[in-house]
Amino acid sequence: MHAQAWAWLALFSLGAYHGINPAMGWLFAVALGLQKKSGRAVWESLLPIATGHVIAIVAVILVAVLAGEVLPVHVLRIAVVVILIGFGVYRIVSKSHPRFGGMQVSFRDLTIWSFLMACAHGAGLMLLPVLLGMSAMGAGHETHLAAFPSVKTQLFAVAIHTFGYLLLTGTVAWVVFTKLGVSVLRKAWLNLDFVWAVALIATAGLTLVFSWF
Amino acid sequence: MDLWKPDPTFYPSAKLASQAPPEKHAFVALLNPTYAGQADVIGVVDVDASSSSYGKLVGKVEMPNIGDELHHFGWNACSACLCPYAPHPHTERRYLVVPGIRSSRIHIIDTKPDPRKPKIVKVIEAETIAARTGYSRPHTVHCGPNGIFISALGAPDGNGPGGIFILDPDSFDVLGKWEIDRGPQHFGYDFWWHLGYDTLISSEWGTPNMVEKGVNPEILLKGGYGHSLHVWDLRKRRHVQALDLGAEQQMVLELRPAHDPAKAYGFVGVVVSLKDLSASIWLWHRDKDKWAIKKVIEIPAEAADPEKLPPLLKGFKAVPPLVTDINLSLDDRFLYVSCWGTGEFQQYDVSDPFHPKLTGSIHLGGIVRRAAHPRAPQTPLNGGPQMVELSRDGKRVYFTNSLYAPWDEQFYPDGVRSWMVKLDAKPEGGIALDQKFFLETDGLRSHQVHLEGGDASSDSYCYS
Repeated sequence: MHAQAWAWLALFSLGAYHGINPAMGWLFAVALGLQKKSGRAVWESLLPIATGHVIAIVAVILVAVLAGEVLPVHVLRIAVVVILIGFGVYRIVSKSHPRFGGMQVSFRDLTIWSFLMACAHGAGLMLLPVLLGMSAMGAGHETHLAAFPSVKTQLFAVAIHTFGYLLLTGTVAWVVFTKLGVSVLRKAWLNLDFVWAVALIATAGLTLVFSWF
Repeated sequence: MDLWKPDPTFYPSAKLASQAPPEKHAFVALLNPTYAGQADVIGVVDVDASSSSYGKLVGKVEMPNIGDELHHFGWNACSACLCPYAPHPHTERRYLVVPGIRSSRIHIIDTKPDPRKPKIVKVIEAETIAARTGYSRPHTVHCGPNGIFISALGAPDGNGPGGIFILDPDSFDVLGKWEIDRGPQHFGYDFWWHLGYDTLISSEWGTPNMVEKGVNPEILLKGGYGHSLHVWDLRKRRHVQALDLGAEQQMVLELRPAHDPAKAYGFVGVVVSLKDLSASIWLWHRDKDKWAIKKVIEIPAEAADPEKLPPLLKGFKAVPPLVTDINLSLDDRFLYVSCWGTGEFQQYDVSDPFHPKLTGSIHLGGIVRRAAHPRAPQTPLNGGPQMVELSRDGKRVYFTNSLYAPWDEQFYPDGVRSWMVKLDAKPEGGIALDQKFFLETDGLRSHQVHLEGGDASSDSYCYS
């Protein structure tokens, strides 16, 4: 497979991984559907939840791109590596979790909640190594080595990621709401906090390997 | 250490929790009413009907100081940890949070690995609570979606206002006062919430100075004890609405909101009406964009020979029912009512919350009646049905007979000799005393009971 295709697949998979996490959207959608006794309430909550997720990711990419304007590529890579490792370690050590919202939530509330959850899980940070890797892979026959791919490619990356996220969040929400029921939480809600933290640190490692070559 | 899967005692909904396996142990607050010689204890009672020590005290943990007056208590974590907006499902339900209402100390007690050998792992001193919250005399403990909530009767000097403060659920650090805007609220007592509506409800007893020297007849006859409920915005921590039951309705105590988060109603017990000494149950409910309250049960006083009445009641020639605790089954179907004065315990079908139907009644103790337990039919009992707890499946009911040490003697001048009993409840209504379960606690008075793994007053749910 073409190297670029791997990157798209990685972005989609990361989206799917974020989407399947109960703490990042689908469970809230199910709860609101149950509270209002309406399947429509499940669907309606997906839009603000996805919006908050996208804002969180775009914000991180934006900061990284701006940093890329002033920092040499290798310094930027090292900075990303340090932040990823630091955040991963913080996730292992800290027991804090976001405290925002309630069960009577507006579009705005849900968007903010989803934004906070995505930030707390480092969702945007996880995408940076892929984006950095894309430009490194595409840079072979270019004279100027940019830290990030073009704006168009970046937008497409966010779109692919969000598609993966929304597909999983929506599907799981609907299956749990209509078929499985919330009792599935008792067995299937694995503690992925540690796995998540290790994933952050592992992506840092990959970034390091990439930047070596 | 966090768990790999959600704590098995957490259930997303009350309906799922009602399918939980039967409890094997009950924890009960046992207090020494003399405040001297022996410290209070949390006792562990074997409630496994197949066990040889069924109905017996099989473990205990003694408090490090004397004179705490253990009263109500709660868990560090419960099903509210599954709430979607602040999920932390891998926390373990393991620690009991046990305040002393007299000392204002809070004890954190570890119930694992052996529930029969609980251990104190942390003591929070009254000074810490006072410095960080301005509150004193902690009462109700509920684990919430994002912290442990504790109500308090008042300030360290014994005056008001009473209120609510928060403990960190991981470190048990006292985080501070909960209210941002308390509006007209001054008295504190119980609180609970409708998680589905981001609404907290609180009730009123009196300040520490109004209750610690016994019930004050002057204050009572002037209607000076609490007679209102308060509705709060749980997210904004602001007072929204006061629901006044009228000054003749004295002492509005235990709050039992529907367990289903989609239902916006609940029940509260009133101890005594100044009009006719009756007790009552009121239903608060959502009415368009406001909250409203309505009396749905009235329990009349019973005429009595003044010779058999304590000095406080002689002039009235009647025994007040004194509804001091109520409890609601997890399916929101049966409401249990303790009449501590008349020694009656009632069960109501509240499927239609506006029109409760009496479906069961038993007598035990009572100021005049002194009804005996079938286990010892010749021994008249004093005290009456008081703190009541229900199993998650709604089939077993436990209650104890002491109220509050400074008040016990005013109603039972011979001193409350304490006992704990169990009833069996039929699925379609009806209750009967379990003849094998009659626990006497020699010198110590039993108060609140909580069941291992959760019960009908320990957990709240975010999923309908």
